[in-house]
Amino acid sequence: MEILKEEGVDTVFGFPGGAIIDINDELDKTDIHYILVRHEQAAVHAADGYARASGKVGVCLVTSGPGATNTVTGIASAYMDSIPVVVFTGQVPRVLIGNDAFQEVDIVGITRPCTKHNYLVKEPERLADIVREAFYIARSGRPGPVLIDLPKDVVQTKMNFKMPPAPRMKSYAPHTEPHKQQLERAIKLILKAKKPVIFAGGGVILSGAYKELFEFADKLNMPVTGSLMGLGGFPGTNPLWLGMIGMHGTYRANMSTGNCDLLIGIGVRFDDRVTGRIDDFAKNAKIVHIDIDPTSIQKNVPVTVPIVGDCKVSLKKLNSLLEQEDLTEVLKTRPNWLKQIEEWKSTTPLAYDQSNAIKPQFVVEKIYELTKGKAIITTEVGQNQMWAAQYYHFDKPNRFITSGGLGVMGFGFPAAIGAQLARPKDLVIDIAGDGSIQMNIQELIVAVSNKLPVKIAILNNGYLGMVRQWQELFYDKRYAATNIEQAPDFVKLAEAYGAVGLRATRADEVEDVIKKAIDTPKTVIMDFVVEREESVYPMVPAGAPITEMLLV
Amino acid sequence: MTDERKHTISLLVDNESGVLSRVAGLFSGRGFNIESLCVAETLDPGISRMTLVTRGNERIVEQINKQLNKLISVKKVIDLTDVAFVEREMALVKVKAKKEERAEILRIVDIFRCKVVDVSAGCYTLEVTGTAGKIAAILSLLSQMGIKEIARTGAIALAREAQK
Repeated sequence: MEILKEEGVDTVFGFPGGAIIDINDELDKTDIHYILVRHEQAAVHAADGYARASGKVGVCLVTSGPGATNTVTGIASAYMDSIPVVVFTGQVPRVLIGNDAFQEVDIVGITRPCTKHNYLVKEPERLADIVREAFYIARSGRPGPVLIDLPKDVVQTKMNFKMPPAPRMKSYAPHTEPHKQQLERAIKLILKAKKPVIFAGGGVILSGAYKELFEFADKLNMPVTGSLMGLGGFPGTNPLWLGMIGMHGTYRANMSTGNCDLLIGIGVRFDDRVTGRIDDFAKNAKIVHIDIDPTSIQKNVPVTVPIVGDCKVSLKKLNSLLEQEDLTEVLKTRPNWLKQIEEWKSTTPLAYDQSNAIKPQFVVEKIYELTKGKAIITTEVGQNQMWAAQYYHFDKPNRFITSGGLGVMGFGFPAAIGAQLARPKDLVIDIAGDGSIQMNIQELIVAVSNKLPVKIAILNNGYLGMVRQWQELFYDKRYAATNIEQAPDFVKLAEAYGAVGLRATRADEVEDVIKKAIDTPKTVIMDFVVEREESVYPMVPAGAPITEMLLV
Repeated sequence: MTDERKHTISLLVDNESGVLSRVAGLFSGRGFNIESLCVAETLDPGISRMTLVTRGNERIVEQINKQLNKLISVKKVIDLTDVAFVEREMALVKVKAKKEERAEILRIVDIFRCKVVDVSAGCYTLEVTGTAGKIAAILSLLSQMGIKEIARTGAIALAREAQK
């Protein structure tokens, strides 16, 4: 408990059970806020959302066996997105371990490949050190989830507590300082490049490099694209912003990347949804790659200049090196490149046609407009996620919270609960689909009972829309297993839970519904009945180069 | 891949349960291959040395080294491939020993500087140490007499001191 306080923990998400009952008992005596979720998966997503919105480590407390296994999806999602979360799981007493005891599972074994590190506490004397180490590991370097498995008898052991010193680990020392020579090599490339593009990812947000990135791009008048995880790392309304890259990236972002002569990847890992066919990715470009995790570098794309270091520190150093350079020559070449990009933008902007039925893109645009771009947006996964990424423009970091790497349906709503607890004064909206929202809908009661004014905007098309879109394009419109037209009445469902339900079926009702939701200081579900067969464009078919997009 | 190469990697790891499965899980989860793996305690009982032999092109081996380094229980990763190093494997070989072939087997034992560690009426058990090449050579000779069973270790290796 003392360590939790020392680490600045004020909120814990969890669900009790036999093996963890002692900790709940102790926790209840502190002023740490315990949020009782209704499913352990949601506890981890909520801690994830909390961590992203607050910049702190998210904390979960669940019981052994099923309590522990239910957290796995949440842990895997946090691992893929590098989010600092510490998960405490109960475990059967030490003498019973390995005996197939009631509610026993080898959660350390199960989560080994999806945690940054995990522990089974075998000796009570080690507990304090392990907890400190866990927080340190979760938060430092490339952040990630850490799990601590606590046998019931270890927790019950009474001992004199002494706060252990800050951990110093021989085998773990994140490399934050970039290599000077590599920075100098990068500067040389930057001064020569005529058609450069910056590609910013989640690392920019995690390291808090927003200002440094802006200074860097601004100084060099260099266009910036971002991965899904990087949205908000560079102001989305800035003229240098190209929009998101990748499978559902903007035409200009993908064309710029395909045609650039220098690509500066910052805090990215070049995953397949970004690169499309890897051999054709930025094939005329030299690549500079800045990342704190050496395994990200050279993993997917060959890199000209690898820079292992913290994004913020590295950008700061690059900026100060640029101070000593004469940029007039390099800036002279920029207007041509920006003009080319402008042409790509104006010939094929993001667009949709709002006629009779409500277009989902229209809903997201209206939400953007009416929240003045200042809301914290969480998303589920699928079309809703892509439309949110395309049509909501984020000027600040930590406002877009989405399960990027693992792509977890059911992520957005519990993450919104976590985000709302971290930032009680901000407006938090989960942009959801009718499929995804049903995956963690039970958390409605958590939002309502904790009086959290989270808003859920369901883009309701009666389909598992992203899969349906693939079926339309690549499976001759055979909509196997994707029609979910028969669905609960979301308005009545909201009411049943004590939340507020609103519905719009016509385009002219959308604005009123959003306004009313914003003005209601309660949990609100907005059910937008949208065009059933609308698809997300542009789209790069899986395995194609990103410059070959389907554009409606 | 044509540029695939054998790499011998030496690891110093925390001597605690689960470390082996972290390393093995990393290889299976990421589709890297392990040809052999040997683990034992070092002089410091808190630390074990693992020697693993793997195969892959430069890019894959670079990933293997980095990913191993990233494991928190791994203290040090030394890829021995491009330095001079000593490498040994051991095999216990039960070879059929008919009366008329016993002398020949002992001659082979002598030439290969191995040891007879168990003798019975129809069979010798030999202890062979050496490089993978030497062990392959003796096995091929002994197979003419008939090998009943073998047990082999993977490779263990250390960098030569002069190279350090």
